[in-house]
Amino acid sequence: MFWNKEMETLRGRDLEELQLKRLKWTISQAEKVPFFKDKLRAEGLSADDIRNLDDIRKLPFTYKTDLREGYPFGFFAVPKRDIVRIHTTSGTTGKPTVVGYTRHDLAAWADLIARNLTMVGLTPEDTFQNAVNYGLFTGGLGFHYGAELMGMMVIPSATGNTKRQIEMINDFKVTSIHCTPGYALHITEVVEQMGTSLPSLRIGVFGAEAWSETMRQELESRLSINAYDSYGMSEMFGPGVAFECPEQNGLHIWEDCFLSEIIDPKTGETLGPGEKGELVITSLSKEAMPLLRYRTGDITMILEDDCPCGRGRRIARIMGRSDDMLVIRGINVFPSQIEHVLLGIPEVGDQYMVYVDRKNHLDEMTIDVEMNRQAFSGELDGLVGLQVMISRKLHDALSLRTTVRLVEPGSLPRFEGKAKRVIDRRGDL
Amino acid sequence: MQGEFIIKQISVFSENKPGRLAAIAEALEKSNVNIFAFSIAEANSFGVVRALVDKPDDARSVLEKLGFAVQFTDVIAVRMKDEPGGLHEVAQILGDAGINIEYAYAYSGREAAVLILRVSQAGEAILKIQAAGGSLLRESDLG
Repeated sequence: MFWNKEMETLRGRDLEELQLKRLKWTISQAEKVPFFKDKLRAEGLSADDIRNLDDIRKLPFTYKTDLREGYPFGFFAVPKRDIVRIHTTSGTTGKPTVVGYTRHDLAAWADLIARNLTMVGLTPEDTFQNAVNYGLFTGGLGFHYGAELMGMMVIPSATGNTKRQIEMINDFKVTSIHCTPGYALHITEVVEQMGTSLPSLRIGVFGAEAWSETMRQELESRLSINAYDSYGMSEMFGPGVAFECPEQNGLHIWEDCFLSEIIDPKTGETLGPGEKGELVITSLSKEAMPLLRYRTGDITMILEDDCPCGRGRRIARIMGRSDDMLVIRGINVFPSQIEHVLLGIPEVGDQYMVYVDRKNHLDEMTIDVEMNRQAFSGELDGLVGLQVMISRKLHDALSLRTTVRLVEPGSLPRFEGKAKRVIDRRGDL
Repeated sequence: MQGEFIIKQISVFSENKPGRLAAIAEALEKSNVNIFAFSIAEANSFGVVRALVDKPDDARSVLEKLGFAVQFTDVIAVRMKDEPGGLHEVAQILGDAGINIEYAYAYSGREAAVLILRVSQAGEAILKIQAAGGSLLRESDLG
């Protein structure tokens, strides 16, 4: 089943012509943003220098840190009156990254979500429970409008109150759920504890954090569903950039909207199909916030063979990150954000270690931080108060609950060269 | 006058993990510091080791050299009879004197049992305890 068969199956010369036309348009749109205008001018480049798709390699990369410099609206290519919504995503330090959408952008995004949901076999007959955060996180509203556009009955259940979520699935005969894989597993456990089941549910769409094939098998067998991987990032609308088809063998990246490259993250050199590297995306239809050669930081590869479903380019499921970004319960966290918070607290040193674990299928972050010798009052109360204060400041900065442990001065490892301050102990499940 | 009854307790920040107390005790042994009394107060992942010792300045410097965060804390010590009812008698005095205890621990000394108290207003507490008939120890009376 197709939602937009023409675009989903566009191949060969027709696709290349459309991509080239849209790439040139995107460059001229990007020139309205001072950051890109200056960068292109410095390289002596304009849309006219792009004669074929390979010429994209002439363009400079755009990094997440660049977007942060533009806080809040520095990357908007249209006047503020044309922006109809913003979302935010955590930046590498302090300030978040703001992403903006025109009315056309929202329509294009909803179309992509509708393609994805139709591709996995959902129809207007289905009932869709959207169990993700509905605020500034793109996963909530993004899926919501796409599912509505498709014509499904949408339940904006958001997160929390798992027993109520389960009750709704059964009372409303929900056939499809969208949430993080971690939360899906949590729902599964609560269902089992309650001694009930979810007989109406047949399709699960999971994303916003990396999950393994083992986890897929677990979710599929325990919930009797088909589970599909959803990929995206706020900088490219949000979820919906690439999505699995029923083959469950790689994610189709929508080539009419995104031009994808795989590069060696160290040299920037372009890699071929089957070679593992960092995914770099150039938007082809974004009006409010066009992005040229955006470094996603996600490690994957382009799959070589054609997919029996008839759609185009596929990327492998995400294998990791080229930077130190962590995804904790769907929220992006950079260790530098933690460092930034700790530097602002004189009672503790600036050495820290971050441990990430999965407890009851939910990500938990523990931060060890060294007590500052001078700040020790001798009293336990002062220490406990300090611990609470650090947790609160981290929560403000990361939007995440963390466990803070005060450790003795000088007890954390010191690093020569590249510091390894993050220990991710999340296994497969 | 009340100052002579204020005793320097050594408070050491310690992580709550195996071997930390041994490290502290070993350091004190090596510098020939005798411990009269000690207690551990703990929050989930860390705690404070509190001790009364014969050479508080030596103890502090050796522990700081090892990297520990150390502070002196003012406490007072009250004599108790080392027999049934001893604690009751002293506790009654404290209660009558309206003294709120932040924390306390005790040891059995050579001459008497001793109750060590951390209170918010040590000077005032000393006067009240004396007025209520309690007997306080000086630093030199410890042990």
